[in-house]
Amino acid sequence: MKQGDKLAVRIWKGGADGGYTEFEAPLRANQTVLDVVTWIQRNRDPGLAYRFACRVGMCGSCAMTVNGKPRWTCRTHVSKVTQDSRLTIGPLRNLPIVKDLVCDMTVFFDKWQNARGRFQGRATRYDDIERIAPDTPARKAADAGIECINCAVCYAACDVVAWKPDYLGPAALNRAWTLQNDIRDTAQAERLAAVAGDAGCHSCHSQQGCTAHCPKSLNPTAAIAGLKRSVFQAVLRGEV
Amino acid sequence: MIRPHRNHPLWWAFALHRLSGLALAVFLPLHFLVLGTVLNGEAALDGILAWTDSGLVKLAEMGLVFFLALHMLGGLRLLALEFLPWRDWQASLAAVAGSLALVVSFAFLFNAI
Repeated sequence: MKQGDKLAVRIWKGGADGGYTEFEAPLRANQTVLDVVTWIQRNRDPGLAYRFACRVGMCGSCAMTVNGKPRWTCRTHVSKVTQDSRLTIGPLRNLPIVKDLVCDMTVFFDKWQNARGRFQGRATRYDDIERIAPDTPARKAADAGIECINCAVCYAACDVVAWKPDYLGPAALNRAWTLQNDIRDTAQAERLAAVAGDAGCHSCHSQQGCTAHCPKSLNPTAAIAGLKRSVFQAVLRGEV
Repeated sequence: MIRPHRNHPLWWAFALHRLSGLALAVFLPLHFLVLGTVLNGEAALDGILAWTDSGLVKLAEMGLVFFLALHMLGGLRLLALEFLPWRDWQASLAAVAGSLALVVSFAFLFNAI
């Protein structure tokens, strides 16, 4: 790479019936995909819509499809995803497009609620903080999945979501599994019933695209397998 | 061309499991049809069995054995994934299933020729 080298960038413009527009952007050392999108918006196309906030891989808002794969763009270096200085950047798959690179995340977060992905505790403000032993199997299982940043990369990578739009998806099920392993949570029976249905964990085909693409290196497939085992055991006990 | 987000080992394991399952589903009725020819006397079945001795059919049978072994071992892999504690070496398990299926199918071929 040398001064003056260029990137050929195709960016999705418009809604679901839109198309790719070609841009040229400077190729720079240590440049991220988000840097490229920002440069194009500031220098070539002020109307380009995209999302970002933290730029350091914490907020989960900048995920896009980069050369066919869902990625967090703020921490994806251009040099990692292209050898020939060509980039194709589109909105995430499996979500409705609002405009350009911006997707409507409503259904993604609705599914977190449908999977009962919210903590329900029993303690009040008058109780002491509960001591949680970090080395129990349950806490280790919960800890393995709690760093999710809700970026929807796994959801976009999942073929089952594409084939079966009702499917709760890897992120929501991963969240459910972390709560099933949280000993402070009191809604475990209801949550298990919520994920045992037709749109729940048993729809997963274990293709493991979620795990292959998760930018935080989480393993939603392992979480979903854990839910499948829990549902199976609950069925044997007659609880579901 | 395969879409980039699908190009990882465990998606290929899924695709081969699905394809082998479909191939076996297509094969089974034909298998029963051939066995059913014995109802019209043993000569009809013997005629077909003689045809299966040809080299090309043996090669096709090797493919069938490969699909059968792959589907069975892939199924065991999925049962282990769903019912046993999680192991991080899923891609290795899929590779072992595929390799064993190859070994079994070549063993069949060398035994048949």
